[in-house]
Amino acid sequence: MAMGLGCTARPGRSREYKTGTWRVFRPAFDREKCTSCGMCRIICPEGCIAEDEEGKPVPDYDYCKGCGLCAEECPAEAVEMKKEEK
Amino acid sequence: MLEITEGSHAVAEAVGYCRPQVIAAYPITPQTHIVEALAEMVADCKIDAEYITVESEFSALSACLGASATGSRVYSATTSQGLALMFEVCFNCAGMRLPVVMSIVNRSLGAPLSIWNDQQDSISLRDSGWLQLYAEDNQEATDLHYLAYRVAEDHRILLPAFVCFDGFILSHTYEPVDMLTQEQADAYLPPFKPYQRLDAADPISFGLFASPDYYMEFRYAIDQALDMARSVIPEAGKEFYELFGRDYSGLVEAYRLDDADTAIVAMGSICGTTKDAIDEMRDAGKKVGLLKLRCFRPFPSIEVKKALDGVSTVAVLDKNISLGAKGAVALEVKDALYGSQIPVHDYIIALGGRDVRKRDIAAVVSKAEAGEGDIFYGLRQEVLK
Repeated sequence: MAMGLGCTARPGRSREYKTGTWRVFRPAFDREKCTSCGMCRIICPEGCIAEDEEGKPVPDYDYCKGCGLCAEECPAEAVEMKKEEK
Repeated sequence: MLEITEGSHAVAEAVGYCRPQVIAAYPITPQTHIVEALAEMVADCKIDAEYITVESEFSALSACLGASATGSRVYSATTSQGLALMFEVCFNCAGMRLPVVMSIVNRSLGAPLSIWNDQQDSISLRDSGWLQLYAEDNQEATDLHYLAYRVAEDHRILLPAFVCFDGFILSHTYEPVDMLTQEQADAYLPPFKPYQRLDAADPISFGLFASPDYYMEFRYAIDQALDMARSVIPEAGKEFYELFGRDYSGLVEAYRLDDADTAIVAMGSICGTTKDAIDEMRDAGKKVGLLKLRCFRPFPSIEVKKALDGVSTVAVLDKNISLGAKGAVALEVKDALYGSQIPVHDYIIALGGRDVRKRDIAAVVSKAEAGEGDIFYGLRQEVLK
């Protein structure tokens, strides 16, 4: 079994649980509209938006649940939620 | 050595010989004398245990759960409303496969408030995954604690266990009890070897989240372990017998059942009264016998079926009621006998401490022989008006 007797596990196992599979809508980031304000990174409840050298968002789709807060809060309307194609 | 002692104190002494490392309990009638005695033993340094005082039964069993997960042998005791308050933690102990041993001094559940005996409290936790053993007298109540630790801590089982005995009828009664010495107890019950434990140097989490892809398998594993207990309990009982001469190798025990027409099925102290009533009925030419259940979880279906093979009527004495259905013991006995033609009559009896005398047992047998069953025995019509 993946977990031990009594439902035990070693620490750090939640990293292996890819909550990104829950996602219905995927945020698409428009680099042209983006002003590098960093709001999406701050607002993301999963902490799964990083920044590149230019301050543009780099999402981690393994853990993004598609909540849409980044799209809702982006002042430049640079994030669009698109139906997930699997 | 034979001691004349109160049931609670005999149990406390035996628990002390089991060398628990952590005790957490909350006082509640009729269980209080056990934990009072243990608190005294800890304060007097007679046993080397940590005694955790808590503000409720929920906390008591939660402390035991945590302590057990660190690899300690733990003990608690409760009854009635106290056990009801532990409901959630009971399921967690079983799910995390922690071999907590807890005395249940059987008492009825409110409302109405009653401090007197029936077996509704432990019966109501029948689906929690705990082993459930029931004692007929104080000797058995005492001995079953050693047995419970042996079985619960066995790595083939790893489940918590109730040792149940009737409130007041046993807990507050003085009886001769042959008490093991510390050396004898040590010979039977080795130190607890945890299967896994909380350890900061080698961290592990217990009782995690299981998605629908995993949950059922964990429930199945508990059920498999309880099934395994059907052979591990007799094994541990046999070894106890070989060392100390008292036989707990059977999940059930038959009394004058071999040629019986009518079999009574019962659990706990009522078995003593029933045996005396059977002797009188036998003297009067009635072929009556008793099948005593020592173990209710796992339910010994095969043993019950085998023991009752050949009787013409079964009368079950249920000191509980699964409201809206029947007595819990009768339901199990009917299931065990499914496919046979033996009628099983259920008698809800002795709820809330109502006394049961030998003539009540004889009256139940007469009713069973007349085919009158599935009733509350001894209802007072004037109270119902």
